[in-house]
Amino acid sequence: MDFDDTPEEAAYRAKARAWLDVNAPMGVQQRRAREVETAETLVVAKAWQARKAEAGYACIPWSSDWGGPGGTPIQSVIFAQEEAKHSIPGNPFAIGLGMCVPTVATFADDAARKRFVGPAMRGDEIWCQLFSEPAGGSDVAAVRTRAERAPDGSGDWIVNGQKVWTTGAQFSDFGIVLCRTDPDAPKHKGMTMFWLDMKSPGVEVRPIHQMAGAAGFNEVFFTDVRIPDAQRLGPIGDGWKVSLFTLMNERMAIGGESGAGWADFMDLARQTPGLKGTSALADQAVREKLADWYVKSEGLKHTRNRTITALSRGQTPGPENSIGKLVSATMMQDLAHAAVEMLDEYGIVADGAATGANPIFHNSLMGAPGMRIAGGTDEILRNIVAERVLGLPGDIRLDKGVAFKDIPTGR
Amino acid sequence: MNFDFSDDQKSLQGEARRFLAAQCPTSRVRGVLDDAGKAYDEALWRAVAGQGWLGAAIPEEYGGLGLGHLELCVLAEELGRAVAPIPFSSTVYLLAEAVMLAGDEAQKAAILPRIAAGELIGALATSEGPGVLSPAHLTATVTGGKLTGVKTPVTDGDIADTCLVLAKENGQAALFLVDLKGEGVVREAMTTLDPTRDSARLTFTDAPAQRLGAAGQGVELLEQVLDRAAVLIAFEQLGGADRCLEMAKAYALERYAFGRVIGSYQAIKHKLADMYVNNELARSNAYFGAWALNADAPELPTAASAARIAASEAYWYASKENIQTHGGVGYTWAVDCHLFYRRSRQLSLAIGAPRVWKERLVSHLERRNAA
Repeated sequence: MDFDDTPEEAAYRAKARAWLDVNAPMGVQQRRAREVETAETLVVAKAWQARKAEAGYACIPWSSDWGGPGGTPIQSVIFAQEEAKHSIPGNPFAIGLGMCVPTVATFADDAARKRFVGPAMRGDEIWCQLFSEPAGGSDVAAVRTRAERAPDGSGDWIVNGQKVWTTGAQFSDFGIVLCRTDPDAPKHKGMTMFWLDMKSPGVEVRPIHQMAGAAGFNEVFFTDVRIPDAQRLGPIGDGWKVSLFTLMNERMAIGGESGAGWADFMDLARQTPGLKGTSALADQAVREKLADWYVKSEGLKHTRNRTITALSRGQTPGPENSIGKLVSATMMQDLAHAAVEMLDEYGIVADGAATGANPIFHNSLMGAPGMRIAGGTDEILRNIVAERVLGLPGDIRLDKGVAFKDIPTGR
Repeated sequence: MNFDFSDDQKSLQGEARRFLAAQCPTSRVRGVLDDAGKAYDEALWRAVAGQGWLGAAIPEEYGGLGLGHLELCVLAEELGRAVAPIPFSSTVYLLAEAVMLAGDEAQKAAILPRIAAGELIGALATSEGPGVLSPAHLTATVTGGKLTGVKTPVTDGDIADTCLVLAKENGQAALFLVDLKGEGVVREAMTTLDPTRDSARLTFTDAPAQRLGAAGQGVELLEQVLDRAAVLIAFEQLGGADRCLEMAKAYALERYAFGRVIGSYQAIKHKLADMYVNNELARSNAYFGAWALNADAPELPTAASAARIAASEAYWYASKENIQTHGGVGYTWAVDCHLFYRRSRQLSLAIGAPRVWKERLVSHLERRNAA
């Protein structure tokens, strides 16, 4: 048991480190968590992605069949660790490269694969994922966006409907969209996946103003959007299987924690007057909470180390990797809440410079509700652990074997 | 990155699991629970000694197997799963570790081979009554090599041969080795929440005591001993917590209510998912503790604290919610749930409650931060 690289990993790390020392962008203003890309930050991010792609450091594990560097998952982890030591731009490519493009490369024809993989890898083109809808958040398969064959006999599809929570749609060039093609079939059988150009006529992107103020997500409206049948991903009616492939890639991601952490909390406690007239770090309740969060953070860190170990050994990571967001989002919320309470009446103050440490905790406090929902709610993640890890039965469903059009709905 | 046990260590763990499944089914644990005259399972103790486990981490020159602490960690996890009713932690994690850490040559030669052979049971006596132990208020005192004072409770104190005792000498705390079968020792067995482990009140009156380690180093040495034991006990707790999750899951899949298995209700699924999450966080913390223990790393104090806190909380949650998942039948004497509930309390309190360890952890973080 150790934390050392294998000789091959060490050599790769040294090579990556040397390359980064020369090539990592200097003086980049890092995009703060939960802020949204602007035209300016996108230019910087694209330039960085292109430079990495040229050197074989973009999409490292992608096979050479796709035109990728043909590296290994552990090399990808090592490069990300080294890259994180530099001040690098945000990553508006993560969803496209992590989920959409692998789906296209797997299910599209050779022509599409050749056409899209390279530009996406270089950051020339950005992809978004159009799955969630107003009537289907956790219940992704409740897709109502309709794709119907064009009446002109061309074989094209005409798409009408609405997607929601689409991260990055406002600057995406392409997207993959899950549509209902057969409302008479049961829910999971009547869907089909397509890729589309986000500039197609009839696609309208409207930003969603989130409770924390930013607008990183969008609503995307489809009005008579024409999609050629050649853009279909997988067989007609197989959209659910294709979407599971897409989402499986999401769960392979090794996420870190975001927001204020135990060390920030400890710093704040030291500087803040507490119950006993000395620093709040002398308050026993504060100390116990600090210990709890340290233990949780260490648990998450070393759970990631177990996952990385599996990758290093060429194994598939175990299910322990699935607990990360479930634990970290709630911890982020609890920690921010306790920090704000520790500041007492002043905890509410949010006027920038005057408030010292408040902004990082306010960002966490206002961002955490979104974290607990995005990419699988706490409740769905618990279901996933219970069903896929522990092998407990799926929830009893009233929509099984029923034609989609006959399934009861609310508004 | 190689943050996992080796194939050899995992195979040792597999052997241990099979051995304990055969030698220590819960009927054996109940053999101690239901017999007030039985302080531990002597036959199991001899069998475990026969496997060489008592000397797993003891060097070969002292009769041990000379394996590392990682091997001891995987054995600890299995003993925890089995709720083994034997004085393993007192003898191996506490006494043997303390002697290896601070004993002089004569002390090592006198104690370690006998532990490895299963001829000597150990114990650690620190507590003198209710509440948090404060070295400043210790009353047990050694004068001229003779110990006088009362220690209560002492886990495995009624069956131990040699006890490590925290006492004052010339006003300073130190650890002393005391032969409990020698003169000046009165033992009174105590009833505890977990009758599958022995406990006693020890009264010393001019009992011969031999200091372990340098004079005045008792507090530091005790902390080192406890850090090492905390990691090993965390593995026992983890083994117990995982077993609770397995029991709860098995019951949730066989018990029907309202026409379906109770494991199909989200109230149960989410409870079991939370058990899994707690256990995995505890496992990751325990692994880091194992690494720090085995490497004798400077991170050991924080790693051990984190391992103990996470494992104590995981075992508590898993053992209480295992009963809850079982419903009324889980509250009966006949069903095994309470064995784990009891043991979770024993392991969580025996070397200091989690809140004491949380305070230690934060003190370490403050020092690390100031450095």
